[in-house]
Amino acid sequence: MALRVAALLATAAATIVMALNKETRTFVVGTVGTTPVTASVTAKFQHTPANVFFVIANAMASNHNLMMIGSDLFGLEFKGFKLPLVAVLDMLNAALLSAGVHGAAFMAQLAKNGNSHARWNEICDNFQGYCNRGGVAILAAYVGLLLTLGITVVSIVKLLKPKPKPQSQPLASEIEVP
Amino acid sequence: MAKIRKAVTVTLRLLALAATVVAVVIMATSKETAHVLNLTFTAKFTHTPAFKYYVVVEAIAGFYTVLALLLASKSLLSRLTLILDLVVAMLLTSSIAAALAIAQVGKQGNSHAGWLPICGQVPRYCDKLVVSLVAGFVAALVYLLLLVYTLRAALHPVFAIKP
Repeated sequence: MALRVAALLATAAATIVMALNKETRTFVVGTVGTTPVTASVTAKFQHTPANVFFVIANAMASNHNLMMIGSDLFGLEFKGFKLPLVAVLDMLNAALLSAGVHGAAFMAQLAKNGNSHARWNEICDNFQGYCNRGGVAILAAYVGLLLTLGITVVSIVKLLKPKPKPQSQPLASEIEVP
Repeated sequence: MAKIRKAVTVTLRLLALAATVVAVVIMATSKETAHVLNLTFTAKFTHTPAFKYYVVVEAIAGFYTVLALLLASKSLLSRLTLILDLVVAMLLTSSIAAALAIAQVGKQGNSHAGWLPICGQVPRYCDKLVVSLVAGFVAALVYLLLLVYTLRAALHPVFAIKP
């Protein structure tokens, strides 16, 4: 439960920081007579599809954790079919989050180092604030990802724990890898 | 019941193994040289850290799949296999997402950053990359399916007793 709250905070922070990531720089492009001609270039997170996916994935992960915390707080019992559903959803959540985080992380690496073979210039030396904020968002989401993995493991362990029933044997020993 | 479970899991693992091997081999052998305006321009997967990560992770996943196929049906290792399956599935999804992000930039460029698409100059390299990425995506999907199936199969005795 505490894990879920922590993961929710981490992914929500990542979403917000990346969503508000925007930096505008004005460059002096040329001179016409005596007045310098400036062009303003903006770096927004929407410019990169990987970052857009990052924001969406983190938002969905936060939403999932929020729902789970809400159902815990409001006392909705997970019985029967719903308990494995929680573990499966947690797993899917972790997969989605890992995909989003890594896509954005490698895109950020490309922005920071460029790729000389493809003639892609690095943009971080011009847009340091954008890059820093993006880096913070990715770090926060990584923390959220690790926490989500922990949540998944806890959910699975909770599933496989033997139920305390008098007439049934412990079920943990019956689980075999087919 | 156990036989069907074993058959389905072995099939899924074999499929994942095939997909990861295809992904690794095709990406590792993809290389193309293009001549643009008297400049020789080589495209290799080692030029991009994301693709290097992708190849390494797919290789690890393939190796793990072989290991899991050989060590199947030992109750002592079942929990460990489940946890490792989860870890490998996460690694697979992460690697395919990273490779797809970079490949998307390579195909469509990014006008805001001044990055030109390179697929026009090295089309065969791009095609091989597409095949490799599709195989990697299939591997990730199959691993997620495997996880869900293993969980459900492990819970079947529980379903009969739970209220």
